Amino acid sequence: MSLTVDDLKVYYRTLAGDVQALDGVTFTIADGEIMGLAGESGCGKSTLGNSLIRLDTRARHVGGHVTLDGEELPIGDNEAMNEFRFKRVSIVPQYAMSALNPTRKIGRMIDELLHSRGVQYDTVLPELSRRLDLVGLSDDVLGLYPIELSGGMKQRVVMVVSTLLDPSLLIADEVTSALDVSTQKAVAETLIGFRDRGFVKSMIVITHDLSILYQIADTILVMYAGKLAEKASAETIVNAPQHPYTKLLISSLPEVGVRYADKQLVGIAGRPPALLNPPSGCRFAARCPLATTKCAEEPPFVEIAPNHTVACWEVGPC
Amino acid sequence: MLKLEHISKTYRVGAFGGGRLQAVDDVTFDVEPGEVISLIGESGSGKTTIGRMILRLSPITTGRITFDGTDVSSLRRSHLKEYYRHVQGVFQDPFSSCNPIFKADRIFALIKHEFFPEVSAQEWRHRVAAALESVSLNPADVLGKYPHQLSGGQLQRLLIARALLLDIKILVADEIISMLDASTRIDVLNLLGDLKKRGLGIIFITHDLSLGNYISDRTVILRHGSIVEMGATEKVFGNPQHEYTQMLLASVPQLHSKWAEFERAAHVATV
Amino acid sequence: MSSSSSRLPGTLDPIASQPAAPVPEAAPARPQMSGFREMVHFAFGNRKLVFGLAVTLAMLLFAIIGPFLAHHPALEYGGKLSLAPTTKGGYWFGTTLLGQDVFAQFATGLRLAFIVGALGGGIASIVGMLVGFTAGYRSGIVDEVLNMLTNVVLVIPTFAVLLVIAAYLKVRGIMTESLFIGLTSWPWAARALRAQTFSLVSRDFVDMARLSGRKSWQIIFKEIAPNMSSYLFMMFILLFGGSILIAATLDFIGLGPSNTISLGMMMQLSVQNAALQLHLWWWFLPPGLAIMAIVGSLYVMNVGLDEVFNPKLRSL
Repeated sequence: MSLTVDDLKVYYRTLAGDVQALDGVTFTIADGEIMGLAGESGCGKSTLGNSLIRLDTRARHVGGHVTLDGEELPIGDNEAMNEFRFKRVSIVPQYAMSALNPTRKIGRMIDELLHSRGVQYDTVLPELSRRLDLVGLSDDVLGLYPIELSGGMKQRVVMVVSTLLDPSLLIADEVTSALDVSTQKAVAETLIGFRDRGFVKSMIVITHDLSILYQIADTILVMYAGKLAEKASAETIVNAPQHPYTKLLISSLPEVGVRYADKQLVGIAGRPPALLNPPSGCRFAARCPLATTKCAEEPPFVEIAPNHTVACWEVGPC
Repeated sequence: MLKLEHISKTYRVGAFGGGRLQAVDDVTFDVEPGEVISLIGESGSGKTTIGRMILRLSPITTGRITFDGTDVSSLRRSHLKEYYRHVQGVFQDPFSSCNPIFKADRIFALIKHEFFPEVSAQEWRHRVAAALESVSLNPADVLGKYPHQLSGGQLQRLLIARALLLDIKILVADEIISMLDASTRIDVLNLLGDLKKRGLGIIFITHDLSLGNYISDRTVILRHGSIVEMGATEKVFGNPQHEYTQMLLASVPQLHSKWAEFERAAHVATV
Repeated sequence: MSSSSSRLPGTLDPIASQPAAPVPEAAPARPQMSGFREMVHFAFGNRKLVFGLAVTLAMLLFAIIGPFLAHHPALEYGGKLSLAPTTKGGYWFGTTLLGQDVFAQFATGLRLAFIVGALGGGIASIVGMLVGFTAGYRSGIVDEVLNMLTNVVLVIPTFAVLLVIAAYLKVRGIMTESLFIGLTSWPWAARALRAQTFSLVSRDFVDMARLSGRKSWQIIFKEIAPNMSSYLFMMFILLFGGSILIAATLDFIGLGPSNTISLGMMMQLSVQNAALQLHLWWWFLPPGLAIMAIVGSLYVMNVGLDEVFNPKLRSL
């Protein structure tokens, strides 16, 4: 499969005006690729993930195109997207494990979900059992209520359900955030397992945790204030980042082994700009140590090396 | 300075209070001035409950907590208030810690009203400004604003400044970093390191091993309410003895090395 | 359109049951001071609020000055019998079957309605607040005891109790009636406030206040209650309207104050004296319409207030 996103703009309507949450992003995802979408709160990564499946009704599709496997996704049209949801594009939303209907047994919930897509529960049941087994859950789970499952189990159930119809693209929105370290690892491994076994073709994993992305993602896309900052392979982003924001971010993350007494890490001063009236030009300029007058003009997202795109004037093609 | 001896906390659960839930089980450790001790554990490990018991926000079921020799396990009223002059806390959610309908600096007014009523208004303003500067906040930026007008990082620093206005010796920091953005986390963490150098004893409660490793002198690993391993941070992280600690360290996603299985899998794939 | 229904307690049968509180959604914790101007702007733009407030204030004005405009005392039997409304002799609303001035009775009754509303609603609010706050803040055994108390008062057959009280008291005044209404209509308010307090107590700023040495009652009234101020305000309005309605119902079945006349009593007397069959419409229509107008406009005002306080309910 392949996903092409071209100059996508998504704004949120508010009383005070339009919040320009996503302001012109362009990238592609290849077949079999797990792309990590990283950034801090308010950078637009959740908006991006949600807009590909058109879930949030407050958001407005202002411009741009999304093409999946050569076919344009009607992300501006809620009705038309119904055909694609769950079958071609699927999402594990943020807080999904807390959003399971507490009055429905898991099996009944899946039955209703499949029914709404015109798929019979019985035909899918053998495959469902197989997949539950693969993620380490037994069939008994289908007869339990959500409250009887632990956080990790619920997360895995949601992931199995989301990928039941073998979608081309899976969007995983902060699936590891609320979990303990050991469960995080199990869930992350499950994600890779899905891709390796062909349940999904490609994945977008949205999280603020770069270290998880380093473990499971092939490429990482770093966003800042509604725009793309850098996209490269996971190795490159972590070991040889080029964009000043990425560099500062990586160097501010404490790791096991790094101690305050030995080496004090430094954060990034200031705050991301409000997206109600975003500044013109490069949005990171106010906090960037490399900022010059040229940064008053917005830098384009250009490829500086094979499969390495950066939006910064100070970084040229090598 | 602060000693916890055989602290336990049991909750009564079930329809008529018949069942028992052991949240904390026989925990003993102490905190000295100028050191950071981390309480690390997953959810349900009891770390937050221990913090709350130290702050006397939850009653202690059995055991004793002593501060400078005085038993604080069952203090009440004015004695408790004296205790709060020396021991304070900062919590996880800065926006929940400030009453959203009042301005953020009301937290300072509360301290003055309860602990320093005799101090003049002008002198108090000086003290507040000094406390704000010591947490790297510009008074003009944060005074007179509502909590929703400030960032999480600013609010957490404000809450630390509040604790500093009292002459505290111990600060209980319960997951104070986890709700902050990655780029501001390290600055608040460095602030804790700074305070430690000035002689403050800090109990740093977290689930994040890399944060604990970065900032603490001693580490306590908790599991299901009991201590499984405790010692100097380099030893606990460098040479973990208990298998639970080893499991935790193996599960932490690192930034420059992959999980062991992935290394092996990648190796197999290339062979 | 408000998504919650703010039904007044005791709409049809206040004696038999207190309804499960269909309370308005409380505003999310947002600073009402800084958004004050925004709120005022919304307040004046909200048609329901403006309409409800206008009608209520008009009735209040009438209640205050009405009795001074009446030409005859309310209970005096001086006038011609069953007179239709006329300007002669100042009988603007006509007279009853027994020659009493309907306008004077109406004006007095209206004034009494507001007094009962304020007193009954006030008492119920205070008791509800005390019980609700304490139960929500303390939890544990105190909560259980207060819950039990609330439930007991909730299921008391108020009708039967009132009959017994009526049998023992020689004279029942408006104060007794207000006290009785206040002491029996607080449970749903206590329940709702307990739930609200519960959710606020778990917030960290309560712990912060404790760490600052604040005592429990200080925390309840200075930290928690202000957070619920819009909710408390709306609750009082509902209790106010509810008291008026309960009083009217009590009066209608003859258990009202024995030393004066009220709107409900007017309706009771008009029914007893077959006013409907005798086409004495001026006797029962004004009080009925007045009760409907006050209670209805309070309800509409509350729905409007809900939208003003809770930004989520506003349409963009």
